[in-house]
Amino acid sequence: MKKTFINIFLVSSVLLVTVASCKKDTATTPATVVYYEGGDQMARPAINTVFVDAAAKDSFNNTIPTMMSGRFLNKFKARLAALNPGYTTNALGQTADVLSGLLVTDVLNVSTTGTTTFFDGTNVLTGRTLADDVIDVELILLFGGPDGKGNPGLTSDHVNANDKAFSATFPYLASPW
Amino acid sequence: MKKTKIIVVAAVAVVLGGSILWAADHIDAPAVTNQTTDITDVYAFKGADANSRVFVANTQGLLDPTKSATAKFDANTLVEFNIDNNNDNVEDLVIQAVYDGTNIKFYGPVKPSATGTKSKLEGPVTATVAVTPYGAATPTVATGTNGMKVFAGPRDDPFFFDLTQYKHVIAGDTTAFRAKGTDTFAGTNVMSIVVEVPVALLGTSSGKVNLWVETKKKL
Repeated sequence: MKKTFINIFLVSSVLLVTVASCKKDTATTPATVVYYEGGDQMARPAINTVFVDAAAKDSFNNTIPTMMSGRFLNKFKARLAALNPGYTTNALGQTADVLSGLLVTDVLNVSTTGTTTFFDGTNVLTGRTLADDVIDVELILLFGGPDGKGNPGLTSDHVNANDKAFSATFPYLASPW
Repeated sequence: MKKTKIIVVAAVAVVLGGSILWAADHIDAPAVTNQTTDITDVYAFKGADANSRVFVANTQGLLDPTKSATAKFDANTLVEFNIDNNNDNVEDLVIQAVYDGTNIKFYGPVKPSATGTKSKLEGPVTATVAVTPYGAATPTVATGTNGMKVFAGPRDDPFFFDLTQYKHVIAGDTTAFRAKGTDTFAGTNVMSIVVEVPVALLGTSSGKVNLWVETKKKL
């Protein structure tokens, strides 16, 4: 039902665009420019899924990164407080406001000169490799407290690696099951 | 007996259905769930070439082998890597990938004519690669005119997470993860687009870029 509605909506949009361009094209016939808009957006893993409430998920996906903090920072702070009411600081020394402020602008920082990793004990947010246990990193930062050892039942999902070996050569991902 | 079995199956289905709510970005939002625009994960790392960076955009998650055999890219979906090379969180360059029914054509890295949520294809095609078929012994790869390596096709989902237990924790059913977790994404595939881009094409002088991936529907 929902899908049908979306399809009808899309068809209507296409018709509208077509009609509009027909009117414009009566005198000259410039090449039709095709535009693309509206879909999904992602950078760091699990941010939208964990921090954004159900009603706002589509909205977050269509918010450009420079607008994310303005629109969503308070939601992120509230969500962090709800997830971990005992939050003080984390293993990176970040207060709740600092961590929320970092995560709300959802871009993936990538080093072009050095090590690329989500977190390897030394480097923080310099990329994301296929083998990075990003969920454990995020759990430790959310629940682990100042020494990363708080809430021990919540700081690892105890799934520490992929179920297939990655390749050392391009395209690096494993063949499908 | 038969009735009991049906009830059990139904209960399992409810549990499974309810558990598939959180992932890296799999099925994260109602507008994209089960669509070709649903991004599952984004990766960025140094691969075999220290002077390049690998960017990965995975879409259409939780494909079992049966679904993977018929999974396709969508000619009406644009996959766009956004690259900010001066740390203002505005894209200075984009790499675009779009399916033409046989191949994935790549554009960029190129400065987009406009930033934001609405895009058009920018400049000439810089690389083209045939979609690697499901079951192929080796992946089909190509190198673009700008030196960028490209791949597109089904791959094992590299993401791993005990999503089921996480859901139970969030719902308050339990207070801890399991001592030995179960990877909810084991045995499932995604539709991957992978590029390996020479760093020289990324236009950064600070030694870093910010990356995010968007999917966009043809208007």
